[in-house]
Amino acid sequence: MSDSKRPLPQPTPETKHFWEGTQAGEIRLQRCDDCANVYFPPRPFCPGCASRNVSIFKASGKAKLFSYVIHHRPAPGFTPPYAIAVVELEEGPRMMTNIVGCPQTPEALPLDMELVPHFEKMNDDITLPLFQPAKA
Amino acid sequence: MLKQREIAVVGAAETTRLGVIPDMSNIQLHADCALNAMRDAGLKPSDIDGIACAGESPTNMAHYLGITPSWVDGTAVGGCSFMIHVRHAAAAISAGLCKTVLITHGESGKSQIGLNRAPPGRSSLMGQFEMPYGVYGPPSMFTIPVLRMMKETGLTEEHLAMVAVIQREWSSQNPRAAMQQRCTVDDVLNSRMIAWPFRLFMCCLVTDGGGALILTAADRAKDMPQKPVYILGTGESVETPMISQMADFTRSRAFRVAGPTAFNAAGIKHADVDHLMIYDAFAHLPIYGLEDLGFVGRGEAGDFIKERNTAPGGKLPMNTNGGGLSYTHTGMYGMFALQESIRQMRGTAPAQVQGAKISVCHGVGGMFAASGTIVFTNEG
Repeated sequence: MSDSKRPLPQPTPETKHFWEGTQAGEIRLQRCDDCANVYFPPRPFCPGCASRNVSIFKASGKAKLFSYVIHHRPAPGFTPPYAIAVVELEEGPRMMTNIVGCPQTPEALPLDMELVPHFEKMNDDITLPLFQPAKA
Repeated sequence: MLKQREIAVVGAAETTRLGVIPDMSNIQLHADCALNAMRDAGLKPSDIDGIACAGESPTNMAHYLGITPSWVDGTAVGGCSFMIHVRHAAAAISAGLCKTVLITHGESGKSQIGLNRAPPGRSSLMGQFEMPYGVYGPPSMFTIPVLRMMKETGLTEEHLAMVAVIQREWSSQNPRAAMQQRCTVDDVLNSRMIAWPFRLFMCCLVTDGGGALILTAADRAKDMPQKPVYILGTGESVETPMISQMADFTRSRAFRVAGPTAFNAAGIKHADVDHLMIYDAFAHLPIYGLEDLGFVGRGEAGDFIKERNTAPGGKLPMNTNGGGLSYTHTGMYGMFALQESIRQMRGTAPAQVQGAKISVCHGVGGMFAASGTIVFTNEG
């Protein structure tokens, strides 16, 4: 599905923990210590209540396929057709990803399908959190 | 608060040509329609003391056109920036910050001459959390929520196709529309797959062009050459730069703030609306717009369109220029939706809605990232 032309993220001080987490085989989320809000993408304060008292924790990795398209046009680092998906993590937040380990067809990608992470090492600095069907 | 009918649009024009214009740069497209709008209003650059634009900075446009502004607005939140410029300009004129505002849009979206666009950086939120997954232009992003919408509300691919079919009925009456040939649901469903479930005819055009508006106080408008079009109400909002972080994939929060704000300010009910524009970068946007603005209930917009309520002869004529799907779409389409609302209120549209007195013009920016809504009337 992918090759080295895929555009890769450049972590910032506020997102570094997330990208260190994927290298360690974890999806790291943040929870507000004051209002218990779990949120993504990373930032050092709660977007629900503006508290700076937040903690990083390891998410379970369990997710469901929330929505997607199957892109039929070429894009750098991708061979069409490929699905661009949004998954909903068990803890609540959603994130964009790709679904691997199954055909990129509507039949193989029913909404709400249960997913687990597949950590794809791109280089020494970046590992992307992709997902695959829980029942392989 | 801005009073109803306090501010009027007194100049409105598009670029002389639309479509493929390889002999004009981005800034010249802004200027071409600005010159046309000033001629339309009977004004010179020295009469303009406020300027707003997106895609070029207000500094670029003031210098290029020879304008010395005492008020500027460079709000650039995508294709609805121009609705928001109208709102800000009306407030500025009402507050006495300036008297006469020029809003310009020009975009060499097709020919890509002199464009000032930069992609999001790799360290931006999009660059870190969306771009690594193969998003590549609006067709690969704006479309992502729709499968969720279909599962939760019963919206179908045929419903999406009908949006395109009916807008071709409108564009077939418009000699300036890029696509004038009528089409069927099968034509749409059999057109090239872009990002399943979206086919080519469910996606907007990519063109060159522009449009400009001139606003001033209603009491000054009476002495000007064109029939004034009054601003009844306005609204704006933003939600998120990332489609993956849209709070509800079946509703736009930005729509649900901007729309009701404008309706409340205008003091109108849905039944009062004679003409409607809902920015249609893709076929699902009028569906979300009709539901989020409250014209129909949740899950009802697909059938509402299928039953021809928004078609020629229907009770709620919508996207009467053919829309972004069939008229023109330079990248930021909102200005063209505004131009059609003004034509309908002036009574000069190619597919004129007879007797229309109130027009609602609703825009989106980014991928459900921003929104602006304007309610116009031709009754002073």
